[in-house]
Amino acid sequence: MTTLPLSLTVNGHHHELEVDTRVTLLDLLRERLELTGTKKGCDRGQCGACTVLVDGKRINSCLALAVSHDGAEVLTIEGVAHGEELHPVQAAFIAHDGFQCGFCTPGQIMSTLGLIAEGQAGADPERIREGLSGNICRCAAYGGIVEAVLEAQQQLARTDRRTAA
Amino acid sequence: MRDFDFVRPATISEAIAAAAGPGSAYLAGGTNLLDLMKGGITAPERIVDITRLPELNRIETLDDGGLRIGALVRNADLAHDPAFAKAYPAVAEALLSGASAQLRNAATVGGNLLQRTRCSYFYDTASACNRREPGSGCSALGGENRLHAILGWSDACIATHPSDFCVPLVALDAVVEIEGKQGRRHVTLEEFHRLPGDTPQRETVLEPGELIVAVRLPAEAASFAAHARYLKVRERTSYAFAVVSAAVALVVDGGKIRGARLALGGVAAKPWRARSAEAALLGADADEASFVRAADVALADASPSGDNAFKIELARRIVVRALISAKAGTPERIPALPASPFSSIPGVRHDA
Repeated sequence: MTTLPLSLTVNGHHHELEVDTRVTLLDLLRERLELTGTKKGCDRGQCGACTVLVDGKRINSCLALAVSHDGAEVLTIEGVAHGEELHPVQAAFIAHDGFQCGFCTPGQIMSTLGLIAEGQAGADPERIREGLSGNICRCAAYGGIVEAVLEAQQQLARTDRRTAA
Repeated sequence: MRDFDFVRPATISEAIAAAAGPGSAYLAGGTNLLDLMKGGITAPERIVDITRLPELNRIETLDDGGLRIGALVRNADLAHDPAFAKAYPAVAEALLSGASAQLRNAATVGGNLLQRTRCSYFYDTASACNRREPGSGCSALGGENRLHAILGWSDACIATHPSDFCVPLVALDAVVEIEGKQGRRHVTLEEFHRLPGDTPQRETVLEPGELIVAVRLPAEAASFAAHARYLKVRERTSYAFAVVSAAVALVVDGGKIRGARLALGGVAAKPWRARSAEAALLGADADEASFVRAADVALADASPSGDNAFKIELARRIVVRALISAKAGTPERIPALPASPFSSIPGVRHDA
């Protein structure tokens, strides 16, 4: 077994680790850091259940070698809410019944955060669907997600305006 | 997954030296490499992590007006670069029709050129595959092969190249900048990927240890910006490989075609440049009759490699559709949404 040192900031907490070079970011989060909100679905980059933000961008953590991300900042579903206060995306998913089961939902929410940050979809439902097409739920429980994304975007835009003012 | 050495070189020459030995693999985005390693299709002894190499993640305009895209530029970053999308809309369109947002955020320009075929027999280590294990045979021949090649295939291999990005690139005369122990060399993308012949395991002209450092687009490539499209047809509207795709770039003046570029994806082991069809378009009227003639020329040498004769007719129609939509003009908002059989394309009849 080959190991290497790895420094990682996850949800604002800094970690200095020694990891097997074969470990993916997904397995590191779940097995070493016990952050099991990020789900292992297909483990091959096809379902999106393992989506996390790395340095602000959504990626499939199952296809990322942990040691290749030395120094990265990672945001997982556990780091999205502020204490008891839900993030607007989480609140909108509840309000619009955008939940799939617990397996796909964390990835959907992380992917939605990425989508909004990318700023490419706007209020266009077609582009929202396309932008979230990397999150595949075999129960196909997609109803409500588009409405949730539209509302969360409006909510976040209002918050931004307040912050700016 | 087999244990491997992991090295993180600081310079390009260190990387090339580290990857010179057999069993070495470069790691950039890792989106294809890790998938292949998890499936046991490849098992490198040494991984050379090139993600920290300096100066490979830049997009630069060259003195001659051409563009140089560093090999480590992420697919999403390139596609969302406003100046890039304006000058090379079909390339942005192709990039954004490939994979998913998560994968595009990780995948790199250099890695895209090197992704392996998605032939299911290549991925299934219990099957025979001359590409994965030379001399073992080809389970795709006579197998489930409705999505396999219709151009340039051989009895040794009927797989297709999966890239969307490479299709408009080959149409626009892209050049691959390669560095190896002998120094730097340039190869056109058209020559970069090899047809299978008797040696399908040799997929590109890269020698062991050679590293893609950049992809270049010549200045002329931007002259097609007003009439350039990438049209991809897949088995669902998004996040799937192309059954067939076409990249088209035209210069239209006074109703006549003054410049034409055409390449097809999903049809061969490499992005397929249709030069004879380009010649047929030059000087012709920019109308549907010319487009149909060009499509016939583009597919004249096509033949089924199995249950995929439908792809020949599908490819003809995709070429015609792509030409009609390119003539209608590049959409204002690039990238346009991925092609869907249900979405309307300006100038294209639904029954066309």
